[in-house]
Amino acid sequence: MRKTYTIFTLLVLVALALAACGTAAPAPSGGDTVTVVETVVVEVTSSAPVVVAPTGYGVTLKAVQERGKLVCGVNSQVPGFGYVDANGNFAGIDVDYCRALAAAIFGDASKVEFRPVTAAERFTALQSGEIDILSRNTTWSLVRDTELGGNFVHTTFYDGQGMMVPKDSGFTTLKDLDGGTICVQTGTTTELNLADVMAAEGVSYTPAVFEDADSTFAAYAEGRCDAVTTDKSGLVSRRSVLPDPAAHVIMDVTMSKEPLGPMVRHGDDQWFDIAQWTVFTLFSGEEFGLTSANVDDMRASATAPEVRRLLGLEGDLGLKLGLTNDWAYNIIKLVGNYEEIYNRNLGPDTPTYIPRGYNSLYTDGGLLYAPPFR
Amino acid sequence: MANLDTMMPPVTERSNILRWARKNLFGSWTDSLLTVVGALIAYWAMRGFLNWALNVAEWEVISANMRLLMIGQYPIEHAGRLWLWLGFLVFLAGNSIGIWARGSRYAFLLLLAPAALALAPFGSEPKRWLVALTLTGLVGWGLGRGKPEVLKRSVIAGWVVSLPIIVILTHGLSSSETGFMPVVRTTLWGGLLLTFLLTVVGILFSFPMGVALALGRRSELSVIRWFSVGYIELVRGVPLITILFMAQLMLPLFLPDGWTLDRVLRAMVGITLFSAAYLAENVRGGLQAIPKGQYEAAEALGLNGVQTMIFIILPQALRLIIPILVGQFIGVFKDTSLVAIVGLLDLLGIGKTVLAQPQFLGLQREVYAFISLIFWVLSYGMSYLSQQLEVRLGVGKR
Repeated sequence: MRKTYTIFTLLVLVALALAACGTAAPAPSGGDTVTVVETVVVEVTSSAPVVVAPTGYGVTLKAVQERGKLVCGVNSQVPGFGYVDANGNFAGIDVDYCRALAAAIFGDASKVEFRPVTAAERFTALQSGEIDILSRNTTWSLVRDTELGGNFVHTTFYDGQGMMVPKDSGFTTLKDLDGGTICVQTGTTTELNLADVMAAEGVSYTPAVFEDADSTFAAYAEGRCDAVTTDKSGLVSRRSVLPDPAAHVIMDVTMSKEPLGPMVRHGDDQWFDIAQWTVFTLFSGEEFGLTSANVDDMRASATAPEVRRLLGLEGDLGLKLGLTNDWAYNIIKLVGNYEEIYNRNLGPDTPTYIPRGYNSLYTDGGLLYAPPFR
Repeated sequence: MANLDTMMPPVTERSNILRWARKNLFGSWTDSLLTVVGALIAYWAMRGFLNWALNVAEWEVISANMRLLMIGQYPIEHAGRLWLWLGFLVFLAGNSIGIWARGSRYAFLLLLAPAALALAPFGSEPKRWLVALTLTGLVGWGLGRGKPEVLKRSVIAGWVVSLPIIVILTHGLSSSETGFMPVVRTTLWGGLLLTFLLTVVGILFSFPMGVALALGRRSELSVIRWFSVGYIELVRGVPLITILFMAQLMLPLFLPDGWTLDRVLRAMVGITLFSAAYLAENVRGGLQAIPKGQYEAAEALGLNGVQTMIFIILPQALRLIIPILVGQFIGVFKDTSLVAIVGLLDLLGIGKTVLAQPQFLGLQREVYAFISLIFWVLSYGMSYLSQQLEVRLGVGKR
């Protein structure tokens, strides 16, 4: 009697295991179902290497073209950089870069699937091939360029740590904050940078640390500290929701370098080139005065050799990248140049206005500089 | 003596709110004083909140993003498929109320809830759907009341097939854009829809698994016993969030050649595996509460081990642990919000993206209050239903 019961239990377990396999199938899309089955088989037969993303020259572009869309890892929670608007569409400066890349590859800015990734999983997602490119306000640093198996494409936004103080305090330099209290989020590089910079300046201060950004700025709004610090992009979007935004100023100090930009996997130089020259196309578009509105006219009438090469009227620059010759035209036409993207997301007419500062063309005293298109 | 609880009071004392108030709130002058002071304190404590909710809060962030909060980025042109399965569920619910809650005079009022929701600031299309839902539910209720014996079996069958129907309708069939019911990729599932699916799948699959593990832990076959013990202790010993992190961060590195497992599926599996371990222990508690006499009586009747378990022991054991089970299911429902941390846009996750919209910056209170309200309403609904079930099954009475 007992034996039958244990055999029954065993059967139930086996049946459940089978049921679990069976039920796992319907959820993914038709194409993926097959892959799931394959996965199991391969895993049993080979002790697979740890990092197994498609690598090698030209592999990524081919995979993207076969799939028919680009998969782009983005942030879904940063105003102006990556978020979901009320209609369910992604928006933001990082998001528009993905659209530009899709326009370059497919001539269709909508052939991109946005995959919201968290700060913790972004590099894994890139390494494992779940995303083709990471465009998620990620700071360029040596460790990320080497150990984490990625290559930063180019800086698309020069951010840096800033300091916000009430206007009527009259503080203009860090020295003015001597003996004061500064609100800062704990466990971030922001906190460490603050300590470094203040030590270098010889300014003593009391840090008031908080677990998350919301409570940090709530404390500042209540007047519990003399200043608050975080990246300038964060300060600006936070200032716009303070009770009286005009009563607060951002000091003219930059305490850290936070070059933000897209990142690709190691091992596919063609893909790196495409991603990088997409950025340069955005810069050059602004430099040459090409906008989504006038690019058709310019293509008809342009005489400057570099503009003609950029738009694919002369030479075969696009073919050298493995794309079509009108790739840059498509970027400008469908998404716009850097200025258009910037103004759409961070311009003066948006609640998240950030003065361009370093993010201006080199001709305007900024850092945006594209190599020649030839 | 007759049971005082069940004796009806005289007609004159029944259900009159004024009478009730006079008896309970203003019975004597001390009672009256306490009532007034209590009301003042309650008002004083709530004043700030009420003022905020009625005057300060900008609820526009909710109404403008209602669609996002409900179904995430699910394409609007396919949203009809979601309404379809919702209608199916409401119809079944109406049937069930008609059949099994005949005694309760007001149960059908539940079916008016969708129509009541239509008064909220939705667009005109959702409003029409909501009214249609109520009509569907009422028709189902009428049918259930009229022909309970005929419909009983098909309603039960309906509930059994509802999950596959939900999954198929939500996910779609045809892989081409123009085909019949094109596939909507899980990356677009979000909001309450995703929370609901994660919860339902988690509960439905962890339940049989938990029962099997509980039986396995009491098995005399040591391999099965040790497997069950090992599984339960291992999974119960780690937080759900680490399981989710493992599923999202580690698993992709072990999959060969860039193949990826669907992220939503990964989260579902994680939640199911986690919940099963807890459920197993709850079920084991129920099994242990069944006296040995029940086994012996079953044996005396000539039932074998399997029959004893299925017809005698499990029904009693599961009935005993209904309150614990519901507690756990509510727990699963709320735990699904952890997937927001691994980047899925469930109700909480999508709430965070709404907060990043430039025109709605800084409206954390409104969004979080709304999300909490939804969680509370649904959790309380589950709790209320389980109480009705307990009354019907006489849990705690015999």
